[in-house]
Amino acid sequence: MQDFFFYLFSALTLLCGTLVVANPFSRNPVTSAMFLVLTITSMAGLFVLLHAFFLAAVQILVYAGAVMVLFLFVIMLLDIKEEQQRRIKAFGLVSGGASVAAIAGVFIFSLSRSKMGPGAVVVEVDGATRPLGRLLFNQYVLPFELLSVLLLVAMVGVILLSKRDLK
Amino acid sequence: MMHAGLEHYLVVSFLLFSIGLIGVVARRNLLVIYMSLELMLNAANLALVAMSRFNGNLDGQVLVFFIITVAAAEVAVGLALIVALFRKRQSAHVEDLTSLKL
Repeated sequence: MQDFFFYLFSALTLLCGTLVVANPFSRNPVTSAMFLVLTITSMAGLFVLLHAFFLAAVQILVYAGAVMVLFLFVIMLLDIKEEQQRRIKAFGLVSGGASVAAIAGVFIFSLSRSKMGPGAVVVEVDGATRPLGRLLFNQYVLPFELLSVLLLVAMVGVILLSKRDLK
Repeated sequence: MMHAGLEHYLVVSFLLFSIGLIGVVARRNLLVIYMSLELMLNAANLALVAMSRFNGNLDGQVLVFFIITVAAAEVAVGLALIVALFRKRQSAHVEDLTSLKL
């Protein structure tokens, strides 16, 4: 049953991810954003399969909720006209393919060298929220507080950037 | 059907990362490039969560929590930059932004 859901969610994730980047039917950024929402939601399903329930909730609340609403707001604010078909540069495709091939080489090399396999021991970890919160507020409390400073800096920066008369 | 192990999740994460990378390099629309960037971050998150699950260690999930927060901040700043750029240039295409080109 879990395997069925794994294949279902990963197929959904990859299909919608492909449609974000290369949609044969529409070149509208709104369509890409909608498929990105679907990708993120099915990835939250994968997180649930990995027993990371809190992260699945955060993924849907923060990513599919806040970040994607921000994306859609900006797309509608910019009011981009239906963009004409621009020719895709061959250089971009070639360099993209080359970098993907390089990463694939590293990935396959490390996967074949590692000792994983059917005999690998799976340590069951309780991914419930309580141990995660304990870890976050004991061992990682300093990075957590630094993160709040980062969010404040980002907020001030965004307000400054969106002022019309930037001095 | 094979039992879904760590390597399955890593393969999915790798494929998603490749899709995002190709989107960043090949697409010309700034907004779509940003969305592809989000895809790559999500692929890294998936690999981290899978590693944390199969190694019995919760540190990976804490790191994913941090990555999601940093990504939200990054999206806010980046989109503000895109809006400011669009006000000046009336375009969100990377081909129209060549002032620094020699």
